[in-house]
This record gives sequence, structure tokens and C-alpha cells, in this order.
Amino acid sequence: MKLLVCINKTPDTTARISFTSDGTKFDSSGVQFIMNPYDEWYALVRAVELKEQLGGTVTAVHVGSADSDTIIRKALAIGADDAIRINKAPTDAFDIAHQISVIARDQEYDMILLGKESIDYNSAEVGPMLAELLELPFVGFANKVESNGQQAIVSRDIEGGVETAIIPLPVVVSAAKGTAEQRIPNMRGIMMAKSKPLKVVEPLEVAQTVLPVQFELPSGRTTCRMIDPDNMEQLVELLHTEAKVI
Amino acid sequence: MANKEDRFQSHDHYNVDALLEQDHLLARDAVRTWVKQSVSPIIEDYSERAECPVHLFKELAEIGAFGPSLPIKYGGGGMDEIAYGVIMQELERGDSGIRSMASVQGSLVMYPIYRFGSEEQRIKYLPKLGAGEFVGCFGLTEPDHGSDPGGMTTHIVDDGDVYILNGAKMWITNAPQADVAVVWAKDQEGAIRGLIVEKGMSGFSAPEIHGKWSLRASSTGELVFEDVRVPKKNLLPDVKGLKGPLSCLSKARYGIAWGAIGAAMDCYDSALRYSLERQQFGRPIGGFQLTQKKLAEMITEITKAQLLAWRLGTLANKGEATPAQISMAKRNNVHMALEIAREARQIHGGMGITNEYPIMRHMMNLETVLTYEGTHDIHLLITGHNVTGLDAFRG
Ligand SMILES: Cc1cc2nc3c(=O)[nH]c(=O)nc-3n(C[C@H](O)[C@H](O)[C@H](O)COP(=O)(O)OP(=O)(O)OC[C@H]3O[C@@H](n4cnc5c(N)ncnc54)[C@H](O)[C@@H]3O)c2cc1C
Repeated sequence: MKLLVCINKTPDTTARISFTSDGTKFDSSGVQFIMNPYDEWYALVRAVELKEQLGGTVTAVHVGSADSDTIIRKALAIGADDAIRINKAPTDAFDIAHQISVIARDQEYDMILLGKESIDYNSAEVGPMLAELLELPFVGFANKVESNGQQAIVSRDIEGGVETAIIPLPVVVSAAKGTAEQRIPNMRGIMMAKSKPLKVVEPLEVAQTVLPVQFELPSGRTTCRMIDPDNMEQLVELLHTEAKVI
Repeated sequence: MANKEDRFQSHDHYNVDALLEQDHLLARDAVRTWVKQSVSPIIEDYSERAECPVHLFKELAEIGAFGPSLPIKYGGGGMDEIAYGVIMQELERGDSGIRSMASVQGSLVMYPIYRFGSEEQRIKYLPKLGAGEFVGCFGLTEPDHGSDPGGMTTHIVDDGDVYILNGAKMWITNAPQADVAVVWAKDQEGAIRGLIVEKGMSGFSAPEIHGKWSLRASSTGELVFEDVRVPKKNLLPDVKGLKGPLSCLSKARYGIAWGAIGAAMDCYDSALRYSLERQQFGRPIGGFQLTQKKLAEMITEITKAQLLAWRLGTLANKGEATPAQISMAKRNNVHMALEIAREARQIHGGMGITNEYPIMRHMMNLETVLTYEGTHDIHLLITGHNVTGLDAFRG
């Protein structure tokens, strides 16, 4: 089974988020970056598990500049066999999907896995865009991904139950919680990753389709106000005049 | 109380990360993640009960924390000394006792067998030690010989196919769990030799030492030898004299110089967060100059210690780190960590004495770290000897 896993680089979950002074860009100074947890814990680990069950290869693909190489090495340390970096700081989801589709088109991957979304912009767009560009079926937000080598059996939680789809390969699947368990790379994996191939390819020109106009931080969390239970009138008053919900 | 979520965030004031290579960063992050998952949720509890979380030996092996800088063929990780250093830093960020479990196994048991052992001994013991199937301990200190191990009285007598071993060792980390002990003893000529003693050999016992207020999650024991018949093939063939155990200690002390930074970082991280959350006189206590002085000095000292360790690591990678340089880093960094623990404790006010925060545990642990592997003062004398050429030990 030939598997492709798309991995993204995102700010660490504990990073303090701020924007450049004109508010049009994320300010990355002093921010530590990690592999997008949905890509790492679920898509990548599940791909490695499927390879362990059915044989085959796992390739990790990333659109980004050379400073992403540590994250790519981590993917190799966790168990990907080789990696491709498309050498470009991506502009938007369509750019990423487009760049990856070029790589994927003539490689005939049986399954392309990626996280349900990135924890930076959370737009969950790359998966469906990539499937569309490749004219492949897409299942999003999977909680369980199985395969027998011919088909993918993908389940996801829906309102009041579980939906299971059986899809002939090839397919694009975005993975959510439940798909796999986080795997911490061990020292041997980290050393082995050093000798695994990481191919750098140049990007294709893609017109920018989305132009961020303004980023804003949500207003800070306000503190909790305690109201005496005997003072219901004050509560109603505050809900009306301050919170403006009634 | 206790067992709260581990909210540790790394602090890197001088962008020291840029001095590290990719595999160092990956190793550091992997061990940090492991500590958050497997150590932080249980450590206060084990520490409080003075119990060693023995299940972690296997997990430490799986992550690759035993002898990471030894060759892969012999159960190690094939990494360099800086990788070993950052692994120790992250383990000790969790707990000095957990770091001790790994230091002893890697630097004091696997390393001497690798460096001074026969090929047969290497093949027999190292892969099992690396995989955590065997737990090892290192017996140098005796009840009456701590800082002066050369005065040891544990000894061996040649008896045909075996050596007959008699004596006792004290303060031995991992002893109660150990399957193999690397034991240093004098032969009939008075030369110090290393032996591999196995659990179950007749006349060998390893009772646990109770009542420690420090390193409570790491078990410590005695090693008692009463006419233990140790096969001659268990003698480490390639070393004679005090330089045997001392070269192992150099390895372990090197790891401690890094490890102590981890404990310091954890205390600083907790103190910084607390100082921003805790309000007194209507503002965060971090806004007061006296608190800022503490925090600013903490991060300054941590940064200096990081650079010292990194430089020592680059020397060690070239095989150029001298015992005197290692002494200086061990002494400086452990003392720095202990001072930071004390300052951090003050910033936490009353909360600082509880198990809600890791501070008191680190502080108590660091009292051991200050003493073992050469006391704070002994390392000062090593530096003194090094710079003056005059040996102050013997007066
Ligand atoms: C929890 C724990 C775990 C340990 N694990 C191990 C282990 O795994 N293996 C092992 O072999 N040992 C181990 N040790 C032993 C440790 O290395 C010794 O405790 C240490 O070397 C000091 O020896 P001592 O306790 O006998 O103190 P002493 O040597 O009696 O020292 C007492 C004091 O006298 C000072 N002093 C001694 N000589 C001089 C001098 N010449 N000039 C000035 N001051 C001097 C010392 O600095 C110290 O302050 C462990 C100790 C502890 C507490």
C-alpha cells in the first residue's frame, strides 16, 4: 500500500499568538513550531500502522521552507519512509492543495491522509481541495480508518451515531481523534531518520486566491462576577444592560 | 492535591536552540513529551510514597534513554553527547530520581561494560540493559568511604575459577531492583578492579535504604557481599585503578550538569507562571520589583548554565572535555538549580511548600544531586587543584 501523508507546521499549542503591527500577518518571532497534531497523532501514525499491517511505504509531504526540516525529520522518526518538501512558504489552502496535487498526481498513492484541520487557521480546506484537484473521493473527519488493500473502510461520528463508508482506493481521508494514538519517536527512530531520503522540489506558480485583510485577537476573557443568590434583580439587570443577552 | 496538568513551557532566552542540531531538538521534544505523559501525572504520588515507579525502566528503554551515546550494536542509540545531555535535562525537568535511574543505567553500568568489558560481556549484558530487561547499579561508595573512594575496603581474593568478594557498598541507586551490579573492589595487590555481580549469586544481597527525604522516587540500597563467588569471566578485563570508576563518574557528572538545568527550568517556569497569575495588592506579584529580581536572576543563571553545558557538550563530542571541566559544570549547574528552587519556592508563597507545585520535590532532590557524584566542595577542590596544581584533598 502506497500512502501519502500531508504534514503541516503550526505554532506550539502553548505559543502566545500576536500579529504584525498592521494586523495582516501572524507574528512568528519567538514562536516555537510543531507538527500539526492532527497530522502527526492521527494521519501519520495511522498511515504507519496501515503500512505495518499491509506492507508498503509511507511518504510525508510538506509545503514549506527549509526551517520546516526538523518537523519533516520528526515524521521520518515516527515511521515515514521518505519525505518530500515543496520549497515554498504557502500562501493559502488552495496553494498547498495545488502543490501537493502536482506531487500526488503521477505517483498513484492508494491513500492520502491528512489531519482534519491545522491548529493554526483551522479552515479544514486542504483535504477536500486536494481530493477535488485529484478527482478522488474524500472522507473528512474520520475517527477510524481501516483498509484491506483494495478499499478503505472509514468511520466517523455523526449526530446520534456512526457513519461508515467503504470506498475503493485511491482515496483522500482527513483524520480526527480516535484514528490512532500519538507515537513518541524514540532515539533510534530519530537516528534512523537521518539517513532517510528527504527530497526538496521546487513549487509551481499558483495565483494567490485569498488575501488576509485583517487579523484580530478575540477580546480577552473577562473575569467571573459573583451575584448574591438573594439579589436576582441585579442579575437580570446585568444580563440586560451589560451582557445584553436578555 | 497534586497530579495537576503539566503546563511546562520551555524558555530559551538566548536562542540556545539555534546551537542545537535537528536530532538534539527531536530528542529533547520526544523526551519532554514522554515526561509529560508518563512522569508528571504520577511523580508527586510516587515521591510522596517514597516508591520507585519501576514500570518506567521499560518505558525509559523504549524511548531510548539508556546509553543514548553508546553504539546501537551494544544497546545504545548511536547519538552524540549533546543529545545525551538534552535527554538528561528533560528527564530531570520531570524528576531528578527518574534522571538518576537513567544516568546510572547508561553512564555507570552500560558505559563501563562497553568501555572496559570483554566482547563476551558486552554481548551478554548491554543489549538487555539497553532494552530495560536488566536493571543495573554501580557500587563504589562504602559506608566509611564516600568522597575518598580510594580508601575502599571491599576486596576480592583469587580462588581458582572465581574471585571471592567481601565487603559492603552504601547509597547505591537502583540497587534494590538491580539484576546486575558493577562493583569496584580491591584485589590482593590493592588495585581497584571492576566486577559484574549478578542478582542471585550466593552471599549477595541488596537491602533498600529507607527514610530518605530526597530522591524519593528513585530507590537506593546497600550492596552486601559475604563470600560471593564471582566467576573470573565477570571481571572487567581492561581497567585497573581508580580511573575506572572515575571515568564512569565523568560521564554521569556530565549528564548531571545538563540534568540540573531541567530541574531549574521547571522551577523557573512554575514561578514565572505563578507570578503572573497570583494577585496581591491588586496586581500580579510579577509586577513587583523584588519578584522581578528573582525571576531575572533565575533566567540569567539558567542561560549561563545552558551555555556552559552546551560548550562542555561540544568539547565532549570531540573527546576533549576534561574531568576538571566536567567538575566545574556539575558544581555550578547543580548549585544554580538548588538556588533557583529556593527562590522559586518563595515566589510561590505558601503554595510553594505543597505538592501542588513541583518546587519542594525538586529542591529536596537537588540536595542529593549536590552531594552525589562528588560533593559540591569536592568539585571545588578539583577545580582548585586544576588551577593551582596543588592537591588540597590530602591536606
Ligand atoms: C540518593 C543517593 C544516591 C547515591 N547513589 C550512588 C550510587 O549509585 N553509587 C555510588 O557509588 N554512590 C552513590 N551515592 C553516594 C555518593 O556519591 C556519596 O554520598 C558522596 O560521594 C559523598 O560521600 P559521603 O556521603 O560518604 O560523604 P563524605 O565523603 O563523608 O563527605 C561529608 C562532607 O565532608 C566533605 N569532605 C569530604 N572530604 C573532604 C575534603 N578532603 N575536603 C573538604 N571537604 C571534604 C564533603 O564535601 C561533605 O560535605 C549516592 C548518594 C545518595 C545520597
